Amino acid sequence: MRISEAFLASPLLIVYICAGDPTPEATPDLVRRLEKAGADIIEIGLPHSDPIADGPTIQAAAQRAIAAGMNTDKYFQAAAVAKVAVPKVFMGYYNMIYARGLDKFARDCAKSGITGMIVPDLPPEEAAPLQEACIKNAVDLIFLVAPNTPPARLKMIEEETSGFLYLVARTGVTGARSEVLQDTRDLIARVPGRKPKAVGFGISTPEQAAEVIRAGADAAIVGSVCVDLIARGKIEELEQLVREMKAAVKGAAKAKLQ
Amino acid sequence: MKCLTPENFAIKFGRYGGLFVPETLVQPLTDLSAAYERLKGSDQFKSELESLRKNFAGRPTPLYFARNLSRKLDCKVYLKREDLVHGGAHKLNNTLGQALVAKNMGKTRLIAETGAGQHGVATAIVGANLGFETQVYMGEVDIERQKMNVYRMELMGAEVIPVRSGSRTLKDAINEAMRDWAASFDHTHYLLGTAAGAHPFPSMVRDFQSVIGIEARRQIQEAEGRLPDSIVACVGGGSNAMGIFAPFLKDEVRLLAVEAGGRGPGKNDKTADSGASLGYGTDGVLHGALTKILQDPYGQILESYSVAAGLDYPGVGPELAFLAETGRVQPKIADDHTAMQGFRALSRLEGIIPALESAHAVGYALQEPEALGDLVIINISGRGDKDLTTVMEYENL
Repeated sequence: MRISEAFLASPLLIVYICAGDPTPEATPDLVRRLEKAGADIIEIGLPHSDPIADGPTIQAAAQRAIAAGMNTDKYFQAAAVAKVAVPKVFMGYYNMIYARGLDKFARDCAKSGITGMIVPDLPPEEAAPLQEACIKNAVDLIFLVAPNTPPARLKMIEEETSGFLYLVARTGVTGARSEVLQDTRDLIARVPGRKPKAVGFGISTPEQAAEVIRAGADAAIVGSVCVDLIARGKIEELEQLVREMKAAVKGAAKAKLQ
Repeated sequence: MKCLTPENFAIKFGRYGGLFVPETLVQPLTDLSAAYERLKGSDQFKSELESLRKNFAGRPTPLYFARNLSRKLDCKVYLKREDLVHGGAHKLNNTLGQALVAKNMGKTRLIAETGAGQHGVATAIVGANLGFETQVYMGEVDIERQKMNVYRMELMGAEVIPVRSGSRTLKDAINEAMRDWAASFDHTHYLLGTAAGAHPFPSMVRDFQSVIGIEARRQIQEAEGRLPDSIVACVGGGSNAMGIFAPFLKDEVRLLAVEAGGRGPGKNDKTADSGASLGYGTDGVLHGALTKILQDPYGQILESYSVAAGLDYPGVGPELAFLAETGRVQPKIADDHTAMQGFRALSRLEGIIPALESAHAVGYALQEPEALGDLVIINISGRGDKDLTTVMEYENL
């Protein structure tokens, strides 16, 4: 499914997992379980040896996945096998894409049913070649903005992004935090245009997810807390959390309408 | 429409360089770039830096005619004595410059990465001298290998933060410093130690290190009335090499960049047994720049290896990647054994114990004297006191 179709039913819950953790074979089943529990879009992370935007939880997952034999070939196999109705989105670092070749990578995304790409270390200014490859293969290239992105740049990035705009909730790296900052609310309010806004980095509870929706976001992104539950083998708790977060997101939407 | 074109977003060296970083770091790097552009033309900044170089760092360093080594190599050999800079290596040239930029930007805290500890020590020196809170990220493995440098940093008031992620060495220390900076840029300057990484670091670090080449050019003219036929420098990230090469780029001088061959080319996909990114690497993105890196076919960064911790890095500065591709700089390789020969030869012949990094340059010169011409400058980027334990262990293997 294309991302734009999913956003017709916004607000959404977007869930991130790291492919290959605990094993490459486990990933398709996890993706299907997340869909069943209510995830509207599933970000499947490709582990990298040097994940500079990630905190300790996702770093550790990436290391485990690489040690378990995950690589880009197996990643696309897993993505293709994980047949779900909701959009699957690639998340990973630019060098992994560059090493495979930009065109081949975008084509492999399309072939395995991935309809979007998030590349946290690729600013739009460096992205023209990948953008071209994505357009050719009908894959959305999703850009990120942060609390310290100045207004003119924010506008430019929103124009360049495709699918949705990824709002980094706070400076620093990924990882569960306990509260939603004023910075996050300000950033949501600051985005000028009308493309869907999804907020990630630091969201770990249903309350936080509901809060960013009430503040004006179209989707909440949850990652590290799910990765942590998978690391501890607590798959039922993961499904329960996703169900609760989904309910919170939908509940917040109703509250907003009233 | 993009408000910034790729051209004015980040300086490129051919296709190399750029600014491949998370969005949170784009603004801090853009601010740093603007501040540096403003300051480098300022007379006050220049005179402040000049005064610190002269009175604190001990510049200019001598260009020393190495009589005995010359006889052995059958050509005239001059040594640029960066081992005599305060702190024991060229690293202070860069930390002095960047710390002054940071001070002008109103930053109160410095963070840095370090492998062997030389850049960490040089950062601790400027932190103490110019009044910054200083924290240095250092891989757990390196902390164990370089206890003396850890203690030196602590004596000067810096805190050494152990890095336990990834390979627990230099590349992970850089990752950890970048993660810190993504949350602390308001009051913190990230003082990167080499001419690599995202714009503006490759250009800024090259400029601060160019003092080496500017002095050497004047000194060789005074001593010999002409430019050298060749210049030899070791390359890890490439800051001492770019520092001595930069003022000679337009001249007919052979520029020889000696990388660490370690134990030889990597034998499998999991490790690289060298630090030779120019020699054995392929195009890829590491620490914010497109450059030559040591990686597996999927793009995972390999762990590098060299007996010289300062050359133990799986990437190289983007400008060197560019200059190597155009042929202006010739990449060469000296393995551990060759470096050890250089280490012993310079100690014995000239009474100068070079850093194991610089010993790669000396070892290469001994191995291929015919490449040097009649007049050569070898950059002795640091002194070897820090390496004595390593050398003793190597000899006992």
